[in-house]
Order: sequence, then C-alpha cells, then structure tokens
Amino acid sequence: MRPFDYSRAADADTACTAACAPDAAFIAGGTNLIDLMKLEVLAPSALIDIGHLGLDQIEEQGDDLRIGATLTNAELAADHRVRRRWPVLSRALLAGASGQLRNKATTGGNLLQRTRCPYFYDTDTACNKRNPGTGCSAIGGEQRNHAILGTSEDCIALHASDMAVALRALDAKVEVRTAGGSQRRIDLADLYRLPGDTPHIETCLAPGDLITAVHLPAARGDRQQYRKVRDRASYAFALVSVAAVVGMKNGRIDHIALAFGGLGTLPWRDPDIEALLTGEVPRTALFERAADTLMRDAEPQDGTAFKVALGKRVLKAVLTEVTA
Amino acid sequence: MSVEMKIDGPEQAQGDQTGAQAVLGYAADRPEGGLKVTGAAPYAAEPCPANMAHGFLVRAPGLGKVRLTNLEVVQGMAGVLTVLRDDRMIRNAAQGTSEGAPVQGVDQAEYVGQPIALVVAESFEQARHAALALRVDTAGDDLVVNPQDAVAADDDIDETAQGDLESAFASSAHRIDQTYTTPSLISAAMEPHAALAEWDGDKLVLRASLQMLKYSRTEIADCVGIAPEDVRVLAPYVGGGFGSKLGICAEAVAAALAARQLGRPVRVVQHRRQVFEVNTRRSETTQRIRLCADMNGQLTGIGHQALVSNLPGEDFAEPVLQATHFAYAAPNRLLRREVLRLHRPAAGSVRAPGEAVGVTAFEIAMDELACAAGIDPVALRLRNIPRNDPESGLPFSSHRLAECLTDGSRRFGWSKRPTAPRQQREGEWWIGTGMAAAFRVNSMMEAEARVVLSAQGVRVETDMTDIGTASYAILGQIAAERLGHPLSRTEVILGDTDLPPSSGSGGSFGAASTGTAVWLACEELRRMLAGRMGCDAADLTLKDGYALCDNRRRAIADLLDGASVTGHGRVQPGEAGDKVRQATTGAHFAEVAVSDMTGEVRVRRLAGTYAAGRILNPRTARSQCHGGMTWGIGMALTEALIHDRRDGHVVNRDFEAFHLPVNADVPDLDVAFVEDRDDWLGPLRAKGLGELSICGAAAAVINAVHHACGVRVRDLPATPDRVLEGLV
Repeated sequence: MRPFDYSRAADADTACTAACAPDAAFIAGGTNLIDLMKLEVLAPSALIDIGHLGLDQIEEQGDDLRIGATLTNAELAADHRVRRRWPVLSRALLAGASGQLRNKATTGGNLLQRTRCPYFYDTDTACNKRNPGTGCSAIGGEQRNHAILGTSEDCIALHASDMAVALRALDAKVEVRTAGGSQRRIDLADLYRLPGDTPHIETCLAPGDLITAVHLPAARGDRQQYRKVRDRASYAFALVSVAAVVGMKNGRIDHIALAFGGLGTLPWRDPDIEALLTGEVPRTALFERAADTLMRDAEPQDGTAFKVALGKRVLKAVLTEVTA
Repeated sequence: MSVEMKIDGPEQAQGDQTGAQAVLGYAADRPEGGLKVTGAAPYAAEPCPANMAHGFLVRAPGLGKVRLTNLEVVQGMAGVLTVLRDDRMIRNAAQGTSEGAPVQGVDQAEYVGQPIALVVAESFEQARHAALALRVDTAGDDLVVNPQDAVAADDDIDETAQGDLESAFASSAHRIDQTYTTPSLISAAMEPHAALAEWDGDKLVLRASLQMLKYSRTEIADCVGIAPEDVRVLAPYVGGGFGSKLGICAEAVAAALAARQLGRPVRVVQHRRQVFEVNTRRSETTQRIRLCADMNGQLTGIGHQALVSNLPGEDFAEPVLQATHFAYAAPNRLLRREVLRLHRPAAGSVRAPGEAVGVTAFEIAMDELACAAGIDPVALRLRNIPRNDPESGLPFSSHRLAECLTDGSRRFGWSKRPTAPRQQREGEWWIGTGMAAAFRVNSMMEAEARVVLSAQGVRVETDMTDIGTASYAILGQIAAERLGHPLSRTEVILGDTDLPPSSGSGGSFGAASTGTAVWLACEELRRMLAGRMGCDAADLTLKDGYALCDNRRRAIADLLDGASVTGHGRVQPGEAGDKVRQATTGAHFAEVAVSDMTGEVRVRRLAGTYAAGRILNPRTARSQCHGGMTWGIGMALTEALIHDRRDGHVVNRDFEAFHLPVNADVPDLDVAFVEDRDDWLGPLRAKGLGELSICGAAAAVINAVHHACGVRVRDLPATPDRVLEGLV
C-alpha cells in the first residue's frame, strides 16, 4: 500500500473539491477499495472519507424513496418500506456478499464497486482496465466469472453488484453532486459505460463527482423477484441473476422490467425483451423467445459458454414464476 | 528410565484398561479453547519482540530465469532494510517427514508464484509496498503446465497387477469403464503460514505455524546450514494445517536467513494469496476405473489407473490408489499410477492424501456398477468386503465396514429410498440419496512424551502440535485417566522442540501415536507409585489424586513426599505392519436437492458412521468428522484451484474465489461411531480419525445427485453448469 493522505470531509462541498486532486478517491465502507489498495491495484494519493456527511438517511418523497449514498447495504435491505414495496431490492442485497460486508458496504460504494475479474486483481498480469493498453488476460484464461454481454476485444470483466441489478429493474436514478456545487440526477442506466476500447473508464462520473443518493421511484409492478444462481449457497458472485418487476392485467403482462447480473459488463437490461413481453399472455413459447433475445449477441469464452444456456433457463424460470 | 514399546503384535492386556478417573472417552472441553476464542492464544506471528523487522515474500510473475531490474531502487525505498536473495531460500514447502531441505534457489522460477526474494523493512506496509514495487522479469523455455501436454517418464510409473483384468472384464456379467477427474485442491487453513525468526548467537529460535516440529527442525537446519541442535522450533498454537504445514515452508527459511543477516528478529507472514500457491496443493487427478462383476455383484476385476502431477524434483506423488489395494476383493486387478512433471505449484499432502480423491472416484464408480447391475449400493459393498487384504493376503487387524454400512443405513433410513433415479420432486428440485464407503490407511509413528507428576498435579510435555485437532484435550485426558487426576489438575505443554519429540500432527496418526507415548510415560509413573504403595501396578487404582490398593488409600502427593517424578514414554511402529493390514472404515450417506432449472445442488443431509478404534473424546472426534465431511461437500460441489492454461498460475488465490463451503452449504451433519477395538495398536487402541471422514464423503453427494436427477457428474466439482449439461 502506498502512503496516502486521509481526510474526513466536513461537508459535501469540501469533499467534492478535495476529490478533484489527482488520484484522489472517496471512501465510505471501503470493503472493496481497501482490498484494492493493499494489492496496489489502486493507489490513490488521497482518501476523502465521506462517512460522516450525514448521507446515510433514507426518506420517503411522495411514493418514491430517497436512499442516502452511505446508508449501509444491511440497513437498506432491512428497511421496512423497501421490504414491502421494493422487495426485489432487499432480496438482491441479501443475496450479495456476507453479513459482515453488508454491515459496512454502502449504497454508493456498492454501485461503484470494481469487477472481481481475477486478472484485474493480479498486478503481475496484463489488464486493460487496470493498465490501459496492456491487453486482456481474461480472454483466453480459464475463469468462469466473466461477462458474455456487452464485452469488447479489450475487456470481458463482469459487473459484480447484485444491488445494481435490482436498481436497474426499478428504474433507479442516481443523485450526483459536482465539485462546482451543482446537483444532477442521472438514470442508473446512464451511469455505467460499456468497456469498448476504454475499459478503465467505467462510469460517466467526472473527478469530484459524488453520488449523494439513489432515487427509487414507486415500483411499477407488484410482482417482484430476484433469482441468483451461484457456485455456493452464499458469499459468491452470481453466475446468473435475474431481477424482475412485473405488473399483470387481465392475464396479460402489463408492465415488465428485467435486469440481469452475472452476464454483462454492466448491470444488464435489454428493452427488446421487455417490448417482446409487454401486453402478451404468459406462455412458454413467448418466454423462449425472450430468452433467445437476451442471448442474441452473447459472446462467451470457453469458460463462460454455459452462461448462455443457464441464463436462458433462469430467465424462463423467473418469468414462469413471476407471471403465474 | 523410560517405558518403551514397539508395536510388533496384538496388545495382550484385556479390555480398555481405562482408569478410575472416568475422563478418557468423555466429551471434555478443550483446555485451551477459552484462550483461542478470546484471542489470547499466541499464534506464530503474534509475539512481537522489540526491534522486529517485517519480511514480505516476492513472487515470480512468470516461468524461467529470474532477473530483477530495479533492485537498487527498491533497496532505497522508505524503510527497506534488505532485499534478500539467497540460494538457500526454498522453492516450495518441504514434503512431510522429509527431514531435509526441499529444492532451493531463487534464480529459476519453476512455477509462477515461486518466492524469489524477501523484502525486509521496518514495517509490514513498507515491506509489502517494496515487494510489490520490485520488478521481476522471467524468461525461459516453454515449461509444461497442463496435464494434456505431458507424458510420464518410466521412473514415474507404478503398476501392480494380479490375474488378468482384460479377460475378466470381457467375460463379466456387469461392468463399467469410466474416467473421473478431480481438480487441484488446497488446504486453505485459516491461519496463514507465518514465522518469526530470532537468533541467539548461533542458535535459531523459530516461532512458526507447523505440524511436525522434529522434522521441520531438521529441515530448516538443513536449509540454513546449521545443526538441528542449534534450532528450537516453537508452535504452541496452529490455526489449521491439513498437510500444508507438514514440512518447513518458504516464509520460515526466508525469515531465518534475513534475521541472521540483519541481526534482528524478522517476521514473515504469507499473504493470503501466497498461501494458495507457495505451499503444497493436492494434485489434480484423472482416474480411469474399470469394475466388473458376476451376476451376483461379486467383483471379478478392479482396474484403477491414475494420472497425477508434481514439480520436477518432488518425491511426493498423490497416492490415489492407496485404498484401492485393500478396499474390495477381486481376483483380477490392475492398479497403475503415473506422475506427470508439471510446472504448477508443488503438490503434496492435503488432508487424507490419496483416499480423499481416490476413494471418491472409486466410490462413484461403485455406484455406477450398482446401477448397471441393478443391485442396491449398500448391498454391493457388503457383498465385496474382503476377508483378508486382497493383494497381500494379510489379515485385517480389525474390520468394521459391514457394521458401518448397516448401522449407517439404519440411522439414515436408507431402506425408504426408491431404487431408480428421478423419482422424487419438490417443486423445481429433484431429491435423491446416495452413499459411499470410507477407507483410510492407518499408521503409527514414532513418538515420545514426558509426564511429570507432582503435588501440583500432572504435566504432559511433548513437542506435539495441536492444529485444531484437540491434542491438548486428549493428551491431558489420557494422562489424567491413567494417573487418577481431575482434568483441572492436568496441564499439557506442546509445540516446543525442547520437549520430547512426538509424532507431530499429520496422517491422522497424532492422537494414536503421541497418545500412546503419553500412556507409556504414565505407565512408568504408575509402576513407581505401585512400588511406593507396595502393590502390583495392575492392582493399583488412581483416582482424584489418591492411590488405592488393598483397602489402603493414600494421597498421591504424600507418596511423592514433596518431590516431582517424571515418566518417559516412547512408542515405535514395529512389525505389526508386516503381519496385519490396518485401516479405518466408514460409510457416508447423503441427501441432496438438485434444481432442474439451474443445476444447483444443495446438500440436505449428510451422515457418517465411522470405525476408527477407541474414541478418546467424542466431542472433539465429532468435530474432526464435521470438518472432514464439510471438505467432502466442498470437493463434491464447490472447490477447485484453477490454473491458468497459459502459465499454470493459480488464478483463484483467495477465499472469495476459491469456494470453500460456507455455512449455508452445510446442513446438520450426523456423526456416529462404531465400536472398534483394534488390539494391534498398543494399549490405547486408538486409530486415526480426522481424515477418514473426508474419504468418500464427496462420492456420497455425487451419487445422490445422480439418484436425484439422473445426471452422473464425473468431473468434480459438480458446479451448476456441469449438472446442467446433463439436465438440458
């Protein structure tokens, strides 16, 4: 770990200004950042602790919910409003990490957590995300936990979050405060960037931008599910996960939002699948088409080929159950 | 004076000779348990002497000749004391009981991850930072890292054959011929390998996390180039070993060399990611198994051919066939093992070397034969229990497999099982049950112990280690029982090479070997007390600190008259091994649920019934079995060390990516013991237990997966994708 400056920001303005310094980084729970610093995958010159800015509040705004960026994953998962009205989020959170990690990890940090691609963590290997231009060791490697959707020739790293998958299905928005003191609200969909030939740039955030909250609109469907398939029963990243938010009307799918984990370089959502399903009567053949649509552009490696079949099956299973 | 015993034949004394104290065989607490759970037990890295420097091992990032390109820069970094590059540093951990240095040197990286330098600095953070800053280039020949690219040399092939397997196979009523693979596996003990080295003149004091101190003392002496007498190794507490700490490890040798050079204590703790690559792994295996049987399911032929691997220069070869030699009778046999030389991290002993993977594959094959022949899997095993060792003809010292199978199936409710697979369904989940027998060779090692009796009570002294196995508890129980003292007045001192050399911990032989040495030391003291009581030792009763004989009762403290007396015991394996076949056996039963949608497997029940000699402490014995059975679940479903196909390096070098089972993967585990009194074990009549519970546990799970959903997984672990392949 390289020596670094540490400051506890007194307010959001100071925090954002301080974060404009070269190689500065915010720290909240630190469950991912500290590991990366110990391995010197990341070597920030300064850490700005945002854990005391009062960003850990959760409040109702009409039918919506505003979730403070430093609210812990454990507190968010346990919130009675979330459990009742956005259960897919609660389930996704509880399917992720471990009790200890959830007690420490925060909402904003979870959104910005880094991939668990083993080559990203191994500074003795090439990685375009860690060291742009060095190459991608994951391509041609053995590991199973890589993306098959949204990949590029330069990067196949998977987005690791469960929470973000549920938030995508819930049309969440992210509140961002800039170093200049202005606020903006962006769709979660627009927060993340595909790797392309710049896999080291993962979001649209600029230096000094601070996620202050996540805005959760009232859920459009009362049928919600989060199904996660993994290599062991707990404390493992998703091989495939599906978040579904569905509203049914007169035996037809009135509204549907589907987001996927374990498959994409970012929390995945595919409007074509939802268009295909909306207004339709649930039936097996329809679900088959939805599954084929999901995988139409999949680009698996040898080690991730199974995700095509697995992803389709999980999607069909979730659709069958949630529309029943 | 000393009581010595060589195990040449059966014990003559009748019965268990249990004393009157009634502590041996009871579920005593671990005396050091409180220290461990409160953090007060000092593990190797925890004492921090003044002036201690910190070392961090540097790994080779590639294969071949090693070159450092910025050494001077790193030497000048903040806090850096030295960058140690010493030809005496070791390539990988020594194999168990090797007593000499393993392959040494830092100029040639034989596997990716090999330690090629030690950076020592004033603080741990400085050492780690400088170690990561050191630029290491490697260049070399194309070294072979994948099994499919290697061929075994003649020297690396072992074969034993009896009868004519090919003919028997061709003419049999029922047969199977299948190939199974198991991946590289790793011990992944909770406590990372750690060492603190201090020199006192020419004498080295090494605090380390090791299993077998008398061997490791000789190994490090040989590595460093000093006499074993000039080394003292201390390991009073060890946070798990499972074979990975049998021999001296890289951090200990590097710490000793650096401490000598700097003239200050040096501590080196392996980073968690190093734990996964610089110690020994369990070799991956490819096992072709052929079984043939007559109409009644009587085996007529057994073929078991295994491919394993290791680095060049390593003697150890995963003994995959160890139990196949004696598990089942069949007149026609072909057993063959080939060792491939691969430039992957060194292979060595990992809990139950041999049987853990060998019995697992074999017991899956037995299940396949049972299915092919339409015979109940329990009945098939019962039908093939050998009367004598099938190859040597030697009698078994004791053999309780039949009881394990029948008692185990009764406990589990095996008879309620539908015969055919795919018969039980709950929602999307297929439900099924499976079983497997357990086999493990039993061995006794030379061991010594000293027992001191005084007015204060009993003190046991030996260099034995407690690696989580309850050595403190059971050695104290043995001495307390034999000398008639409550456990509260019995003290056990372990883990110091200044004490009599024990067996050490490994191969499940610790309790039986060192426990017998303690027993013998107590025997000397019993004779002495009998003499002072004026009676035969056989007529002497010792209880609660009193000696009783012929209606006379005297406090033991009075008999000692203020002095302390010392007994010394020593046991050696004798000719027993040439006269009988000694093994432990058991039976595993599993119930699983398999998702028809995703291929996920959940173990719902796992039960083990074991025959392993006298159970010294049922609580800690059960705990050992819980551990072994959990290993079985991991082998069956989640664990695999993944090697990069391009350079063989271990890709998943942490607890997040190497999937040990977590609590949610492990159901309630049912453990039962079958009475087993083996006279060929000396007076203690205890056998090895810990490893038995892993042998075959994974097969029971895999067989249950087949019974549940009809998918036969032959490449372990049975991750969802592999099960799904069969379901689609």
